Amino acid sequence: MSDAFARPLPRLAGYAAEFYAFCRRRELRFQRCSGCGRWRHVPRTLCAGCGSDAWEWARSAGTGRIHTWSVTHRPMHPAFLEVPYAVVVVELDEGPRVVTWVRDVAPAALAVGMPVAVDFEDVTDAVTLPVFRPRR
Amino acid sequence: MLSLRDQACLVGVGETRYCRAPGSGVSELELMLDAARAAIADAGLRPGDVDGIMAPIWGGSAEDFAANLGIENLRYAAQVNMGGASAVVSLQSAAMAVAFGAARAVLVPFGWNGYSGRRVRGADLAELAQEMARFESSVGSAIRDYYVPYGLASPAQWYTLFARRHIHEFGTPPEALGAIAVACRKHAQGNARAVMRGRPMTMEDYLASPWICEPYRLLDCCLETDGAAAVVVTAADRARTLAQRPVFIAGVAEGHPYPADDFVNRPDLLTIGLTFAAPVAYEMAGLGPEDADFAQIYDCFTFEVLHQLEEAGFCRRGEGAAFVQDGAIELGGRLPINTHGGLLSQAHVGGMNHVVEAVRQLRGQAGAAQVAGARVGIVTGWGDFGDGGLAVLRSDG
Repeated sequence: MSDAFARPLPRLAGYAAEFYAFCRRRELRFQRCSGCGRWRHVPRTLCAGCGSDAWEWARSAGTGRIHTWSVTHRPMHPAFLEVPYAVVVVELDEGPRVVTWVRDVAPAALAVGMPVAVDFEDVTDAVTLPVFRPRR
Repeated sequence: MLSLRDQACLVGVGETRYCRAPGSGVSELELMLDAARAAIADAGLRPGDVDGIMAPIWGGSAEDFAANLGIENLRYAAQVNMGGASAVVSLQSAAMAVAFGAARAVLVPFGWNGYSGRRVRGADLAELAQEMARFESSVGSAIRDYYVPYGLASPAQWYTLFARRHIHEFGTPPEALGAIAVACRKHAQGNARAVMRGRPMTMEDYLASPWICEPYRLLDCCLETDGAAAVVVTAADRARTLAQRPVFIAGVAEGHPYPADDFVNRPDLLTIGLTFAAPVAYEMAGLGPEDADFAQIYDCFTFEVLHQLEEAGFCRRGEGAAFVQDGAIELGGRLPINTHGGLLSQAHVGGMNHVVEAVRQLRGQAGAAQVAGARVGIVTGWGDFGDGGLAVLRSDG
C-alpha cells in the first residue's frame, strides 16, 4: 500500500495550529469576541460584527445539531477511497458550524436537526480531528 | 451617476470544437488562441485591433495572448478570479474599459482541458497538490484546514450541502433536478458542438443513473471536456460599425456570498453571490427576469440551476421545482434555458459557452435552437463557493 496518498491534513500554522492544539487536548474551542461576545468559526483576526480585535479561545459545550450533509459515493480524493461516506455540517449550540463526521449513524439515517455531541479522533500522532456522535 | 447600460457590446464570438476522448491534444493556451482568433474574425476585426484582455483564470496570462496575437500596445489587462463566474463577471470589467476608452476592443477567453488535463479523481500526488493549490488560491485556506481533512474536497461534495438544505426546507424532489438534466440534454441534440449530441436522455435514464455524491446522480453533473471559447467587447458606437448585429450589455453585476471562503458558516446557505448580483444587473439594464426570452444558467450541477433561477428572481425561493417542470424550461416553453445544452450536455467551458450561445440567440444565429424573436437574454455565472454574476444582454433585432 502506497503512502503517496496519505490523508490531507490541516496546515498547523497560525490560528489553525491553535484550534487543533486544543483538539489534541480534547477541547473544542472557538474564538469568542471580547467586544461583543459573538462566537465565530473559522478563526479570524477581527470581529466582523463589532470590529474588535480582542478575542479568546472559548470552550464549546460540544453539543449541537446536524445542519446538512452529503454522502460521497464515488471517490473524489485519492486519500478517501472507502465509499460511501458522509460529510456532515454540525451547528454547535453556541452558533459556529463545522464540517465533520458523525460516527455511529448510517448515512441513510442522518437527519437535519439530529442532536449530536463532540468526540475526538487522532488521525495521526500530530493531528486530532473533532467528530460527533448522536446524543439523546 | 453614470450608467453602464448599453455602453458596451459583444461583437465577436468564437469556439473550438468540444471533445472528450481522445482529448484536444493541445494546451489550454492553444485552445484559447484558436477561439480568440475566431472571435476576433467573427467581429470583423484583426488581432492587432485588440488592446484589452481579461486574462482567464488559468491557462494563459494577458502577456501570452498579447505575444501570440501581436498586440503591441496592450492598454488594459485585468483578471477576474471567481472560478466559473469569471466569464460573466469579466464582462463587467470589459464593458467599463471600453465605455471609458481604456481600451477599444477587449478579448475575454476561457479554455479548459477538463477531460484530458488533471482531475482530482485520477490525479497523482503532484497533480493533486497542484489542484488543491488551485482551489486554495481561489477560495482561501479554510478549505485546506477545515474541509479537506474530512474528505470534503470537490465541488460535487460542496454543493450537495446546499442541495440537501433545499430539499429539507422545500421538499425538492429528484424529478425537478431531472427536468433540468433532461432539458439540457434535449437541447444538446440540436447543437452541432454538443458532446452529448446523439445521446438522448429520458427521466427514467436520469433516475436510474448512479449516485456520485448524494443527492447528485451522475446525470446531475456537468461534463468535463476539452475546449475553449472567447468573446470580444467594444463600445456600443464602435459595435455598430462592425460585422455582426450588436449585442448590448444592458446590465452586468458581480456578487459574493458572505463569507466567501467558508460557506458552512453563512447564516443562510442558499444566499449566494447571484442573490446580490441579480438585482443590481436588472437595475442597470432596466430589464428583469420577466423580460427574458431565454436564460443561459451556469449548470455545474442541476440543483444549481434551480437554485440560481430562484436567487435571480425567475421564481421565488422554494418554487424552483414547480418552475422547471412540465417543459417550462425547454425550447418552446415559458423560459428556455441552456439552449446549447449547457455545461451538462454541450461542454464545460467555464460558462463562456453560455455567453456565446446568448449572443447567437440575440443575433438570430442559433439555428434549430433559435428562440423566435429573441431580444433579451440573461446569462449567469457561478464559481467557487457560490460567487456569482449575471448579465442582461439584448439586441435590436
